[in-house]
Amino acid sequence: MGAIITLSLLGILVLYLGLYKAKNALLPVTLLGLVVALGFEIAAWDTGATPIYHGMVVFDNLALSFSILCIVITGLILLLSKEYFRAISSNVAEYYTLILFSLTGALLVNSYHNFAMLFVGIEIMSVALYILVGIRKTDFNSNEAALKYFLMGAFSTGFLLFGITLLYGATGTFDITGVKDYVIGNPQTISPLFYGGILLLLVGLCFKIGAAPFHFWTPDVYDGAPILITSYMSTVVKVASFAGFLRLFSYVFVPLHDYWTPVLLVIVIITLFMGNISALMQTSFKRMLAYSSIAHAGYMLFAIVAIGADSASGIFTYAIAYSLASVTAFGGLILVKRAHGSDQFIAFNELGKTNPLLAIAITIAMLSLAGIPLTAGFIGKFMMFHTVMQDYKITLLILAAINAAIGVFYYLRVVVHMYFKSADEGAVEVSVPLNFKIVFIIATLVTILIGLYPDCILSIL
Amino acid sequence: MDSVIQHIQGIPLNHYLIFCSVIFSIGVIGVLIRRNVIIIMMCVELMLNSVNLLLAAFSAYRGDASGQVFVFFVMALAAAEVAVGLAIVIMVYRNTKSVDIESLSKLRW
Repeated sequence: MGAIITLSLLGILVLYLGLYKAKNALLPVTLLGLVVALGFEIAAWDTGATPIYHGMVVFDNLALSFSILCIVITGLILLLSKEYFRAISSNVAEYYTLILFSLTGALLVNSYHNFAMLFVGIEIMSVALYILVGIRKTDFNSNEAALKYFLMGAFSTGFLLFGITLLYGATGTFDITGVKDYVIGNPQTISPLFYGGILLLLVGLCFKIGAAPFHFWTPDVYDGAPILITSYMSTVVKVASFAGFLRLFSYVFVPLHDYWTPVLLVIVIITLFMGNISALMQTSFKRMLAYSSIAHAGYMLFAIVAIGADSASGIFTYAIAYSLASVTAFGGLILVKRAHGSDQFIAFNELGKTNPLLAIAITIAMLSLAGIPLTAGFIGKFMMFHTVMQDYKITLLILAAINAAIGVFYYLRVVVHMYFKSADEGAVEVSVPLNFKIVFIIATLVTILIGLYPDCILSIL
Repeated sequence: MDSVIQHIQGIPLNHYLIFCSVIFSIGVIGVLIRRNVIIIMMCVELMLNSVNLLLAAFSAYRGDASGQVFVFFVMALAAAEVAVGLAIVIMVYRNTKSVDIESLSKLRW
């Protein structure tokens, strides 16, 4: 709870700093606040498995680990933001404030124990993001992205709420333990309302994580938003939504496994193929990453299809690998776009010669996203495939393997452009500021470290 | 208060369910087929308000206050969402001079 309070107060504090024109203090204060919030989360480790505040929130290790991941990734993204925000807008404080508020919502989604908190958390997370997506007020693409994100977000909230209402109608409680007791207590006489509620909740949450066939907003929004906001959306927001998804399905709906698994299975297969095949056809790096994030949502849903004891640590490992690689990829994209003014693949030509270190960081990120051994992405994919294999869902496994192969193809296309294609207009030196270097080094080292010693992560949850 | 609950309970619960599902469906269909952003936002509100009505009905039938408290959560957050949404619509209108969703289709693969 300390972390949530810290972050909400920090948001207001940063807003006041912006009001009093303390522009240079914004980033240090924000990072300091994130460190304090991180300290609160680590201090609460292994202490609170019981829900607090009348069963509203619970800070078990699942919530804490995902919250720590969210805070760390936000910290890395904010480190990248040093000159980025100042270049596109004069109101820099609002960026930090809105990101912090959105992070508060994400922590609430990680640790809810009552459907009211799930709803409030998702809304806090999304409403701040609607503004962030459209923050470049005169930019046409940013406008369009904001409007689409807002309409789809509000639309999906409607489904989520109707689902929650139907569950309430069937069980008479919003508390997830109460709902779980209802499911276990009346295995034969579960009201039809409850089944409808599960489906609507599934639709609402799939909208949020961007799983097909509810993914159509994702590429446009990710493409139109400022790059740093895209990286925030595709990492922190997705991770938090998955934590909420996981808690709901692994804790509450597990006894009704047979009912929702087929639905989810169809969603997973469509998501994988939609994401990967569309990503294959892109010429823009940013849009390719948007489609690949859809595909990754499909892989992460594996753990929920084959829900079991390993699911939490599987999703957690995958989320770490995916987030770190995404942050590196988007960071690299910011630098390349700054130098070339384009986010197409051809802008990456000859990066291997002009900036060998940046090229290596991006290469490792791409290998991790593709799931090549010795990177964290491999461990994540291995965990996912492993959980499915235990359930003997061989068809799904074969389809996933085909998709992983497609993925390798389009991720390596960037690498090919960096090392083997020559630039037409002559090589442009891409300068890498110190803050980018720090983020790249941290992300790359952790990616390789998890790839070499996966036990250090797998033993956490 | 008791008489209000008796009035609500005078109508079978199924009627509320069907009524709210119909309103919710009208909202969903409206979002999908209408082209004017303002109308789409009104349809979203229709969806949220059908949820509110259903929550109140369930709450009255079960004699449990938490459903009605949830209605306040929904109202407050819907208001926050609409405030941001209208700001976005105004921003879009300044740039395109239109609130038609078709005017925004530059981002296509």
